[in-house]
Amino acid sequence: MRIRMKSRLWKKPYGQHLLATALVLCFLILSASQNANALPAFARKYGLRCSACHESWPMLNYFGQKFKDNGYQLMNDRDAPIWQNPGYWPVTFRITPIWHRVSTGKVAEDTYAGGVITGTTQARVSTSGFDLSGLDFHTGGTVEKNISFYVLPSSDSTASFHFETVMARLDNLGGSPWLNIKLGKFELDNLLSEKRILTLTGNGGIYQTYHFIPVGDGNVFGQIGDNQLGLEYMGHSANDRTRVSAALLSSNDGNVNLITGSNSYTGFFTASQAFDAGKLGVERLGFYAMVGDAATYYRTTGGVPIPGSGIGNKGFSREGFVGQFYFGPHFDLQVVTQHGSDNAWFGQGYGVAIAPDGNGGATCTAAPCPPNNVPGTTLPAGAQAPTWNGATFEAHYVYSPQLIFIGRYELERMSQQANGPGSLTPSASNLGNITTYTMGFRYNPFMTSRAGFAWHNEYNWLHYDGMAPDGSNLNTSELLMGFDFDF
Amino acid sequence: MRTRLRMWALLTGALALALPIPSWAQLTTSQLQTWLNSPAASSHVGNITGNAKAGAAPYRRYCVGCHGPLGDGNGENAPYMQPPMFQQPRDFQLGVFKCRSTPTGTLPTDQDLFDAITRGFDRTNMPPWNTLSKQERVDLVAWVKHFSPRWANEKPGTPIVIPPEPEVTGDRIKAGRDVFARVQCWKCHGVQGMANGPSAATLTDDLGRPIAPFNFTDGTRPKCGDSDQDIYRIFMTGLDGTPMPSFADNIKPDEAWDLVFYLRALMSQHSKEKEMAKKLDLKPVDPNAPAGQQ
Repeated sequence: MRIRMKSRLWKKPYGQHLLATALVLCFLILSASQNANALPAFARKYGLRCSACHESWPMLNYFGQKFKDNGYQLMNDRDAPIWQNPGYWPVTFRITPIWHRVSTGKVAEDTYAGGVITGTTQARVSTSGFDLSGLDFHTGGTVEKNISFYVLPSSDSTASFHFETVMARLDNLGGSPWLNIKLGKFELDNLLSEKRILTLTGNGGIYQTYHFIPVGDGNVFGQIGDNQLGLEYMGHSANDRTRVSAALLSSNDGNVNLITGSNSYTGFFTASQAFDAGKLGVERLGFYAMVGDAATYYRTTGGVPIPGSGIGNKGFSREGFVGQFYFGPHFDLQVVTQHGSDNAWFGQGYGVAIAPDGNGGATCTAAPCPPNNVPGTTLPAGAQAPTWNGATFEAHYVYSPQLIFIGRYELERMSQQANGPGSLTPSASNLGNITTYTMGFRYNPFMTSRAGFAWHNEYNWLHYDGMAPDGSNLNTSELLMGFDFDF
Repeated sequence: MRTRLRMWALLTGALALALPIPSWAQLTTSQLQTWLNSPAASSHVGNITGNAKAGAAPYRRYCVGCHGPLGDGNGENAPYMQPPMFQQPRDFQLGVFKCRSTPTGTLPTDQDLFDAITRGFDRTNMPPWNTLSKQERVDLVAWVKHFSPRWANEKPGTPIVIPPEPEVTGDRIKAGRDVFARVQCWKCHGVQGMANGPSAATLTDDLGRPIAPFNFTDGTRPKCGDSDQDIYRIFMTGLDGTPMPSFADNIKPDEAWDLVFYLRALMSQHSKEKEMAKKLDLKPVDPNAPAGQQ
């Protein structure tokens, strides 16, 4: 379970900064657990090495993407479990022991530590030590030809479990690869998969573009990097060059039990086309769009929102292009762009108020809770729909299937702040902008079809505009080394 | 003292240089180098030229787990691929391939190998690699060829000519059944094509490993492609290395199409041949019937 930088509960600028700083610090210290889908169980089933499906595990190559799109089948008439050794059990675990050093530039600090608070100042907090990621238990495969499943109980580093993925899938309905249906909690059809990300640091272990939320915004439902609950149609050509998908999702950010409210849904749509570019390789271009609505009004008891009572739906959207560009056998560049927009109500902090497992943010257990769009509420003067643009550029140099170098640059830029010029407290135009670099390499000392092991080294640097406690810019960095393995 | 230091330095340097030599030598034998530098270390499919050196990397990434680093079919997973559930990976060093467009006993064309990589083989662990770029697949063809000395000494055979497919008729399906009886397909494939002929249990490939005949009735697809042309090609070229011979000397081209239509009628998949055979109430061959009296 990842903790992400979100700031929506406190609307006062100082509170925003303090909360953001605290979240950033916790985020970095706790690091990230990678709910990545790299299954030696599949390798053991089919006798293929990790490198057959993964450019570098857990990141898929085109063959692995097709295997996934076929419902974890090679389509060789030997996919059904009846063809497997009865002792075969499709289970894989993954965990990552690490050493990391985290440094956050500006953290609010009491003038006299531990004493009577007489004021605060700002100070750098740097910490280093040995640590663990969470633990993932992957199990997936076919229960019969063209009927597949995936279940992923995942824990954070304190062994607190939740279900990251639970889904069943009907594949190749009517004998056509164009008709596949998936039901449950699953990763959205992102070609650049965050669940298969190659980096592990707190800020570099996620795609910021997939989780960006403007400062003070209450909408956590538009995060395309989070696994979501819903129903997905997916279709592809026989060689997977053409892919389309459409998903109907509950606007609960993947949380179970309809905690925030009923009758709010989100659609997620993708399409892409790959082209054979001769010696360069296979290039892919596509787009995605997420359009949905989510609750902003909760009935309350004692001032605390009643779970499941969310109504007052407001809209949001995320859309962008995806490119996978290969420049010969060793170098590739993956690009994701995004234009995001939230309704002005979300921009003022209305939105999620209940999120018991932390997946969607903090839990409100006592009044006063986040702003509630009760009847009669009006938007403050100058409130407007926050909009932004973002992009992720990730390059890989694949020296060999055993050694990959990774470089990533992400930028998120606000184009319209929720508190516009007419507001009593207009936001700076760059408030909440993010710039981050990540670089590293992974070395797999062996490459077999039984297990995966990588020596991982990574550095991440993140710049957050206006998010220091005093409203100045905040920089954080993390250096991480560790062993990433699954069996 | 200085002389001794110099000697140690020289020895250490020599050792450092010599250490990589054994592993390096394994990877780049003079034979391999000779091959890789020759014009023969290429492949041609359409207007794409493949290079063996470029094929080494994708081979290592995708193929080596089954076919092994030496191409002898002894990859790390070979011991777990045993008949009857699976077939063992192909031994490229033998230079013997089942699926060819060329006459029996000859080497396949580059296109044949390309098609095999692209199509994969049903009922084996060899998946279709059609997600790879064409260039990668053509490079792989060139690399696969380097494993067998046959490619250095022989040229691929000339692809057989497949005449245009005639229109299917009931008479042709009946004639196909006669061919099925005459060349004794039933001995292995069974009278109903269920892979239960009297010889089925005794079949082995050229390496002495058990092998099952194709079952036309269980819905699986023929390994070498399932178009009518593919089926025609299979029994006219034979599947080298297996008990399935070439019938090019026993079956005329016109008869071969009749046999294709009859085999289609045996298959469980829906086809017009199957519909016509049903209307004709076509019975399975009778192994005891006199020749020409099915």
